[in-house]
Amino acid sequence: MTAPRSWLLIAVVAVILAALAAAPFLFPGVRAMDTAARICVFIVLAASYDLMLGYAGIVSFAHVMFFGMGAYGVALASVHLGREAPGLILGAGAGMAVAVVLAALIGLFSLRVRAIFFAMITLAVASAVAVLVSQLSGLTGGEDGLSFQIPRALSPSAAYLPDPLPGLDPAALPGVVFGDAPMESLFSEVRANGKLAAYYLVFASMLVLLALMRRLTVSPFGTVLQAIRENEFRAEAIGYRVVRYRIAVTCISAGIAALAGALYAVWLRYVGPDTVLGFPIMVDLLLMVVIGGMGTVWGAVIGVTLFMLARGYLQDLMAAAQGAVAADLPALAVLLEPDRWLMWLGLLFILSVYFFPAGIAGRLKSGR
Amino acid sequence: MSDAAPAHAPRIERAGLSGRLRPLIPWLLVPAAILLGYLGIWAQASWPLLEPVLNEDGTLRTRVFDLAPFDVRLSSWLTLTVSGLAMGMMIFVMASGLTLVFGLMDVINFGHGAFVAIGAFTGITVLLAFPGLAGAESLAANLALVGLAALAAMAVTGLLGGLFERIIIRPVYGAHLKQILVTMGGLIVAEQMIHVVWGPSEIFIARPEMLKGALTFHGAAIETYRLMAVGLGLAIFLAIRAVLRHTTIGLIVRAGVQNGEMVEALGYRLRLVFVGVFIAGSALAGLGGVMWGLYQEVVTATMGAEIMVLVFIVVIIGGLGSVEGCFLGALLVGLTQNYVAFLEPKAALVSDIALMVLILMWRPEGMMSAGGRR
Amino acid sequence: MLQGVDLDVPAGEVTMLLGRNGAGKTTTLRTIMGLWKLRQGRIGFAGQELGGMGPSAIARAGIGYVPEEMGIFGDLTVAENMRLGARTRRMRQDRIDWLTAAFPALGTFWHRPAGTLSGGQKQMLSLARVMVEPRQLYLIDEPTKGLAPAVVSVLVGALRQLKSEGATILMVEQNFAVAKALGQNAAVMDDGRTVWSGRMAELAGDAGLQDRLMGLHLEGHR
Repeated sequence: MTAPRSWLLIAVVAVILAALAAAPFLFPGVRAMDTAARICVFIVLAASYDLMLGYAGIVSFAHVMFFGMGAYGVALASVHLGREAPGLILGAGAGMAVAVVLAALIGLFSLRVRAIFFAMITLAVASAVAVLVSQLSGLTGGEDGLSFQIPRALSPSAAYLPDPLPGLDPAALPGVVFGDAPMESLFSEVRANGKLAAYYLVFASMLVLLALMRRLTVSPFGTVLQAIRENEFRAEAIGYRVVRYRIAVTCISAGIAALAGALYAVWLRYVGPDTVLGFPIMVDLLLMVVIGGMGTVWGAVIGVTLFMLARGYLQDLMAAAQGAVAADLPALAVLLEPDRWLMWLGLLFILSVYFFPAGIAGRLKSGR
Repeated sequence: MSDAAPAHAPRIERAGLSGRLRPLIPWLLVPAAILLGYLGIWAQASWPLLEPVLNEDGTLRTRVFDLAPFDVRLSSWLTLTVSGLAMGMMIFVMASGLTLVFGLMDVINFGHGAFVAIGAFTGITVLLAFPGLAGAESLAANLALVGLAALAAMAVTGLLGGLFERIIIRPVYGAHLKQILVTMGGLIVAEQMIHVVWGPSEIFIARPEMLKGALTFHGAAIETYRLMAVGLGLAIFLAIRAVLRHTTIGLIVRAGVQNGEMVEALGYRLRLVFVGVFIAGSALAGLGGVMWGLYQEVVTATMGAEIMVLVFIVVIIGGLGSVEGCFLGALLVGLTQNYVAFLEPKAALVSDIALMVLILMWRPEGMMSAGGRR
Repeated sequence: MLQGVDLDVPAGEVTMLLGRNGAGKTTTLRTIMGLWKLRQGRIGFAGQELGGMGPSAIARAGIGYVPEEMGIFGDLTVAENMRLGARTRRMRQDRIDWLTAAFPALGTFWHRPAGTLSGGQKQMLSLARVMVEPRQLYLIDEPTKGLAPAVVSVLVGALRQLKSEGATILMVEQNFAVAKALGQNAAVMDDGRTVWSGRMAELAGDAGLQDRLMGLHLEGHR
């Protein structure tokens, strides 16, 4: 019914995906490619979280734990089985299996009784696991985490082409137009090494998983989930086993989260409690999904991209604003302290739950 | 004088011994946990003796009958029991409001931890403002100061609770998903506000002079402060129970937990009662925060979110809406945590999860689920 | 859904609300009580408009409600349930004496948790809870449903006493014998509307009318 206007949403998502596809050639530098890869990983994570939150109406605080299980699966496989791909795939599979089984167990215990138990129990279990992982330092490296090796083909030392590929550097554009920077500075060189291959592995996996989740949400399964979210009792009355559907989506979601974690581990070649587990990441994830828009996988794409960019730019903006008001309004300056960026995002989060429950994606869709 | 038809004889007359014991089982779990804790400590002391020994003739011999004496580590057990009870009481103080708020209006507040942290920071500020009273070697002066800190914390968190209910929670009555998200958002913002008001780092605090020491009892060192926490927690539990049982407001609250609609249909303004309970619960969370801060001797902005993990476990195993269940659940969690931390430090938090799993397998709605109609 | 409920409850009399299951009788009572929102129309009571008021305000205006599912607080004692019925601070001893005489079982189990009572005793308690204080209007939803004849006669006896006090009652009843014995007026509902209303004597004395109303609901089933 809102089809004509949803072109705007499609356009925004297409721009983001295109930018990610071309990221190594558009934004030179290690940091830019790193940010792009993180965005890809978190898109998968956020979209899988949205399967539960947006489609099934279940709040979980253990999603990052499942993410971490996939990541630690890869890390432990690399440490114990070696850096070759089959071992890492096995590790990712094992992490995913553990995540799915645990999700099913938590679901059986809590969703059967009251859906609200699920939120509380996942919070408790996730924090217990996070503590456990940082304590079992013999196995997990504790607080320091684990650094490990990935297949040669994906590491920076692997060179695929003798000559670098041409790329662009849009950041140099103002210098060329307004200053006297040479035209050549608009171009950059992109090395066709294992790091680039790793980036495209992450990117391609993201596309595949995103398409898979999109497919799932428009399938009969996704329709039933939404029916349950809208009216649990009616869905039950029509004859759907509400609990089974909920547990199923929890397991699927946990499995995909674990895969995202595995990708993240491959990209970072490191896992640690602060990087792949823990409550702060869970909070980030909630902000991404809710601000981006619950109930559509495209919301995750937008939310993650916005969040990752905001994290960098909002802090710069706040620092500038703080400098501007510091002399006259010291009280306001405290609130604009760059470290307080999370407070403003938190407020935005609350306001979006009240006023734009469909998030930015929902706004774009309805064209208002 | 009963002339009711026999077919309608009251069920209680037919209930057997097991029926009458059923409600008592949760109460028996606490002494059972204390006993189990002792057995665990004793077994650990005995463990090396259970390993087989090689006899001179080459056969193996176990020394099953050379177990550790029964009073081995009795003092450790005593110390752990008191600190487990103290911890349990503090968690109870923090959790009691949460469970009642849920029972009354089906509202789950994930931001409850914010009141714990803000209460702790407020109380600590008061304590630091009067170093003279804190350092005085007079129990009266120390207690007066702690009392003042507690009152200040309760006033601040009670007030904030009222605002939180009005601004954050009221617009999302009846919508669990939004409630969880919005109250979580409230927690994020509140934590950041703590940083704004009290600065980015944690604050260390020493207990007032006379609350620092320990009593020695049968060779066990028992901190005065823990005993005080046990006493205060017990007093608060008894006070809440008395209010619930013997006042009209308490009657309305208990009835409202079971069937809010009927309470309204009898002419009571349940919303108003709910706001009162929310404010009282927030104030209690603030008080719990002060107690917890003095117990840990450090306060951090994230302490609320951290303690919420235990609070949720307690509320779930107690049964949402039940103050008594919450009390027993808190004691069980506190004791388990302390015994296990002594026996195997890494398993402490996992043991609470295990406790929760066991109790939910036994009673899926928690030990003393109130109402249970939703 | 209710559509076109036109109901007049004369003061000081007992009005019976009749009709097949699902005709909208319970919905009518709940709507008067404010437990379900009134979409259209008016509910006038003692010069007040009740539509849009919440259940607690409606109860304070003087309406007592005995729901179909009784609404007993099972964890509270019989005495505590009764106390919640009396919104004034103290229960009047003469009312208590009267009610425990009418429902001896309540006196016997006065300090027991109400959840341990039998179904019939719970119904007695639910009725006694609104009778503990005089109200301007009693809404009573199928008090005799599923109860043994001996219990029904206890309940009917108590309701007779209430009627003799000059109480205004609107009561849903499936059992026509009970309805005939207590009601002065009757209204018949079907498919969410009132299809007949008048004096009970008229309905009770006119087998053809009963048949027609009865036939109506049979047709409704086909």
